[in-house]
This record gives sequence, structure tokens and C-alpha cells, in this order.
Amino acid sequence: MANLVEIRDLKVRAKSDSGRRIDIIKGVSFDVSEGEVVALIGESGSGKTTIALTLMGHTRPGCTITGGEVWLDGQDLVQLTESQRQHLRGTDVAYVPQSAAAAFNPSQRLIDQVVEVSQIHRLMPRAAARARAVELFRALALPHPETIGERYPHQVSGGQLQRLAAAMALIGDPKLMIFDEPTTALDVTTQIEVLRAFKSVMKQGGMAGVYVSHDLAVVAQVADRIVVLKDGEIQEVGTTDDIIHRPQHPYTRELIAAFEPVSHAAAAAPQDAPEHPVLEVRNVIAGYGRSDSSGRPVVLALNDVSCTLQRGQNLGVIGESGSGKSTLARAIAGLLPPVDGEILMDGRALPREVRHRTKEDLRRMQIVFQLADTALNPLRPVGDILGRPLTFFHGQRGKERDRRVEELLEMVQLPRALRHRLPVELSGGQKQRVNLARAIAANPEVILCDEITSALDTVVAAAILDLLKELQRELELSYVFISHDLSTVQAICDEVMVMYGGETVETLPASALPDGATQDYSRLLFASVPKLDTGWLDGLDLAGSAA
Amino acid sequence: MTALSLFSPRRYGYRVNAVAVVASMFILFWGVMALFGTSLAPYPPGKVVDFDFFGPISADFWLGSDYLGRDIFSRILMGASYTVGISLGAVCLACFTGVVLGMTAAVTGGWFDVALSRFLDALSSIPSKLFGLVMVAAIGSSTPVLILLLAVIYTPGSYRFARALAVNINTMDFVTVARARGEGTFYLITQEILPNITGPVLADMGLRFVFIVLLLSGLSFLGLGVQPPYADWGSLVRENIGALAFGAPAVIAPCIAIASLTISVNLLIDNLPQKIRDRSA
Repeated sequence: MANLVEIRDLKVRAKSDSGRRIDIIKGVSFDVSEGEVVALIGESGSGKTTIALTLMGHTRPGCTITGGEVWLDGQDLVQLTESQRQHLRGTDVAYVPQSAAAAFNPSQRLIDQVVEVSQIHRLMPRAAARARAVELFRALALPHPETIGERYPHQVSGGQLQRLAAAMALIGDPKLMIFDEPTTALDVTTQIEVLRAFKSVMKQGGMAGVYVSHDLAVVAQVADRIVVLKDGEIQEVGTTDDIIHRPQHPYTRELIAAFEPVSHAAAAAPQDAPEHPVLEVRNVIAGYGRSDSSGRPVVLALNDVSCTLQRGQNLGVIGESGSGKSTLARAIAGLLPPVDGEILMDGRALPREVRHRTKEDLRRMQIVFQLADTALNPLRPVGDILGRPLTFFHGQRGKERDRRVEELLEMVQLPRALRHRLPVELSGGQKQRVNLARAIAANPEVILCDEITSALDTVVAAAILDLLKELQRELELSYVFISHDLSTVQAICDEVMVMYGGETVETLPASALPDGATQDYSRLLFASVPKLDTGWLDGLDLAGSAA
Repeated sequence: MTALSLFSPRRYGYRVNAVAVVASMFILFWGVMALFGTSLAPYPPGKVVDFDFFGPISADFWLGSDYLGRDIFSRILMGASYTVGISLGAVCLACFTGVVLGMTAAVTGGWFDVALSRFLDALSSIPSKLFGLVMVAAIGSSTPVLILLLAVIYTPGSYRFARALAVNINTMDFVTVARARGEGTFYLITQEILPNITGPVLADMGLRFVFIVLLLSGLSFLGLGVQPPYADWGSLVRENIGALAFGAPAVIAPCIAIASLTISVNLLIDNLPQKIRDRSA
């Protein structure tokens, strides 16, 4: 038979706590033929992971398959008993999760966990399984393939762990591999290595794959065909090339449009240039842990970092995880007092610790965090969350305060009625808007944005960026915009600072991105951003070997 | 149907189970008895009304009579106000102190946290029964002393619990935002942290109430708790311990009272009404 997987009119229903039934998947059909990689793409809540899990005959707690067929290699997974399905899992179909860190048992050696599948299904003797695992480690380009299995999960990096999770899935020689956003949590430079390893292993084994992702550019590198999903329904199916270059469905077009780099029109230079930049960071040193004899903290997160932010302009800070970019925001806000260096606002040095700063200083600089889920108190309604800074900084109460809360909601383009809701009753994008509105409530001059679009879907993130620009025009704000994503930084910033290992690599004007980089690291970082082009990863191989 | 659903907890977004309903009925019963028991009692609790001692269950004496021939049922109703009242007072005091100190320590951190934590650790390292015995022997026993003593014994545990919860909330971004705004400790504690730990703190309070009832009964059994002519359930057990040889209900009944209250509170905590989580319903 030609098709390894045939999904016919699949329906999945979830039951909420109050007994309400919600259809998550509303009749989805598609095929995967032998040796083909099909990508499921869509925003969060589109049902892409739910579909991928049904390929193992599994649903998350509270969900049930209510209709349709899932044929895998001639067997209908919906009809099989749980023990028959268990027999298939690991040998016929295997799963690579999004967070490998959560998928490994922290107290067992990696090799024991990798070979576990072969032991459960009695596929081969233990020694043979270990030899096979080492082979896989080598195929996945892991360093020290002979010995890396002897380590524990915390002793390897995130990218390595993700490849080890793939090894765990591959050891049973499955016919179908399911990848559930395997590179979403990784840095761009690591993502390339992982994608390359996955691609070569899949090609060698001639395996079929289902690749779940929200990132069109990543999918373009690995998939043969793409299934575009929205709200549990298929919007469009086509070859990767067709979807990217000749999208038919309006939703697909929207997804692709969100990917187009938006270049930021630089703010016009102020007429009478002020004497001092609105924010200046001079040779800041900060870190965690006790200070040693020289007065430096044990773990140095910022080493001699300097930057300036001109009034009405935006400074982008870009770097991988662990580069110190979030620590910089905390140091500026006084939440992590630097041990050395100065932070100046309008040319005047601010006290290093937040509790020594005046209310006026605090009002002028606000910070917005990445995860709106944890940045909003889950038990206070939106009206209270926005009202508190109004009372605290401006002494507004009662009617005056209510009116201003409504104004703020309008500014961030949310309906007024939302002020009675609790944060859990809002969508991700709405929460991030409330998060922003709270910062604006103080009437600040500088807003520190720490990865504020990173947790959002592409389309929603683009809308937030537009909102930031509009607010800047209206309120004469200046942003420090921290991100790991080059395209968002490019879309909003005038100047971009590249950070690595707690130090500044270089500072570039946004107009010179990404080709104007002079340092090796910046070049590597910029080149690692996936492009919406099927040949990008393979082309990069050539460039890498030529260099 | 409509009248029924008006009072149904589901209407308010909560789901309860049968165990919780039964447990709360027991608790409600003892609560009412603690308040009005003395006036509802068939006989004055101190009056000798039976010619027989350790009398059996009869139409006149529902739970028999004690070693002096007093009505056990009336004495248990009187004991309810002591057992429930003292325990409730002590648990409120312990949890209020513990939770306030715990949250303050978590938010303030630094030496205040270290000093307070070590001090309360030292306090909780003293065996509670022994500590109670020594203190009562030294100061003497009265209702305020008992409440205060039980509160002191159970404050460190409550502090530990509240601090552990508050430390977790304290690292959340919304607290960081409030801190970056320059909010004071009082605001952080009452507005940002307390609402997020209320659920577990109430559950802990219920559990602690059970411990206190048992410790109070233990102290009274040893003769250090509520003093005659008044009696709580623990002293009722001690007074009538001789009834064991006769198989009289005088000693069993107060035991059942203690067990029914503590087990009910425990079961209610394990089966608290659950909030129905549903985003758009």
C-alpha cells in the first residue's frame, strides 16, 4: 500500500470541567505515504498536537476520539484495544516531545532511558541495544557518542537533549516518527544543528514523519508536504513549495505575510537634540550569588555592558538564552542591583536598588515581562490590575480612575467590558495587551520589553508590534526591546545590541541588519535565523563546509 | 427543580461530593452545640441526676451517666463549647500569626527571614506535649492560657507552610512588577500574595484544628487542660476511665465525639468543593 498513514474524518472532543463538550478536531483527513514528512502547522489551539497524538492512538486526559479512522500500516488505531496500541508504540510509531528536558527522568543515566524502548518490547539484547544507541548518537552528530550516554540529563545542553530524545524514539526503528515542536524551545544556532541531525537521520532510514510546528520557516526545511490547520479544521494541504510560494487559502497567506520582514522606519531625529539620552547604561557589572574578594558576584551575568537609548528611539537587545539580555533589563529596573557601573536617566545617575529610587524615577521607567500568564495576578480582575498603578503613581481613585482604565483599554485596543474579567479568561494576546496597558498606566518615558512577543503566535505577535509602534507615536515612548528573534527586533528598533555570554558583541544600526555585522558571532546568529525557503538549510550546509 | 438548582453549588461554579456534605453536617452539628449546647442540654451539666453511677443508655439518660451519676449527654454538650471554642481560638491565633510572619519573611528575605525561621525552627523542635505539660505546670491552667499555649505550639508549623507557599508566589512576575513599581511590603503581602495562597492556607488551618483538638484532649486527659467542675471531651474521657471495666457508655461517648469532629474536619478538607474551571462557560 502506498500510504503509511491514512486519517479519515477524524473528530476529537474534549469535556470541560463543567461538563461542556468542545469539538477540538472537526473532521480532519490526510495521508502520509512511506518515507514522506508531512508538517502540521497552525497557531496554538489549532489542534495540531492533538492530531499528532491520535497517530499513537492517544488523546490527552479529558479528550476522546469521537469519530473517524486513523489507519497506520493497515491497522485502525481507533478500533484497537489499549494493549494492542501499546504494542505499536515505540516500534511502529515514536514520538519526540517539545520539551526533552521534561521527557527525561533526571535521576537516570541517558543511555538507560534511550534503550528502554527496546527492552520493553524485547527487540534486542541489552548490549546490542547500547551499540545501536551509540550508532544513533553518532548519526545525530552528538559529541562523544561513546560516552555521552553515561551522563545524566542535566549534564548535557538543551539541543543535545533534544537529539537524545530523537535517539530514544529511533531505537525501536519506527515506521513513523512524530516530532512535536522539537526545536521551539531552542536557540536559533542550536536549532540548526538539531534540524540537520533530524533531517539526515530521517533520510537515511527512509522513515515517514509528522512534524508539528508553528514556525513555517522551520517546517519549510524538513517537510515534503504541509497541512495548514486552524480551529481543528484543515485550511489547506499542499507541497511545501506550493504552500510557501503559491498559497491559496487566505489564512495561509496571512501566516506567510506575518513572516515578511517589516523594516522599521527610523524615528525622525528630534528637532532640538536633547543634551542627554533618556537612558544610559555605563559599564554595568551584575550577577548572582555572593561577591568574591574583588567584589564581583560568583556567577557573572553582565560584564561591563554599556548602551544608550535616545529619546523617542528604540534599542533592541538580541542574544541567545544565557546571554544576559534579561538580566540587563532587571539591572536597569533595579531588581538585580548591579555591583558596579551606572544607570543614568536624562543624564542623572539612578540609585542601583529599586527601593532607593524615588517614585518619580520608578514611574518614568516601566518593565513588561514575557509571560503574561505569570505577570498578571490570576486572582485580580483586569480593572484592578490597571487601576493600581493609577492610584499608586497618580493618586487617582473612584470615577476618575475607572475612566482612565477604560481609556487605557481602548489604547491597547481591548473592549471596555474586559475590565471585569480575570486574567485566565483572556487569550494570550489579550493578556499581553493588559500587561502593556499596566506599564502605560504609569505614564512612563521608557518601557523595558522583555521578550514580550516570544510566547505569542506569529499573527498575534505582529499585532502587538503594531500596537507598540502606535503607542510610541501617541505617547512619545522609548523602548528597550529584548528578544531572541531577529525579525521582531528588526521590525521595531533603531539600534540593535548583540549580546553573548554577558558581554556586548557589537551595536549596529537596524538599517545595517543583518548584513552589516562585523563580528563572527553576530554573523553566525543572523545567519541562523531560518528563512522561508525550502533550500535554506541545505544551502547553509555548503556555506558551512566552505568556510 | 428550579428551587433546588438555586441552592446548588454548581450555580456558583463549585462541585461538591457526598463525603463533604456528610462531613460538613457533622461539623455544623458540633458548631451549633458549641454555641447553644448548654441551654439545649436536658440537665444541668454539674448536677447529679442518676442514683446509679456509670448508668446505661436509657430514655432519661441518652448516653448514660458518669462516675458521679451526672448526665453524660449534657456534659458532652457542655464539653463541646470548651473543645471547639479553645481549639478554634488557638488555631485562628496560630494561623494568623504564622501566615502573617511567613508572608513577611518570604517578601522581606535577608536576615529577618533567617532569624525568624531559625527561631521558630528551634521552637518546633521542642516536643509539643512536653512543652504543654511544662508550661501548664508552671503557669497553671485556664482557658486563656490554654488558647495561648496551643497557639504558640502550632505557630511554627503554620509559619513554615505559609512561607513555603509565599516564596513560590514571590518569584512570580506579577510580584516583581509590583516591586519594580515600588510597592511596600504590606501591599505585596495583602494584595498580591495572600489571595493566591488562601486555599492551601485554609486547608492547613483545618488540619491544624484537628491536631489542636487532639492535643487539647490529650492535655485534659492528663489533667492539665480544662479543670473541674468544667470539662472538655478530653477530661470527660479521663473522669470516666473507670467505666471501661463496666463497659459503660460514659467513656465511649466523649471518644466518639472527639473522633467524629476530627475525622469530619479531615474529610471535609480532603473533599473541599472544587472550583469548576472553564474559560468561556
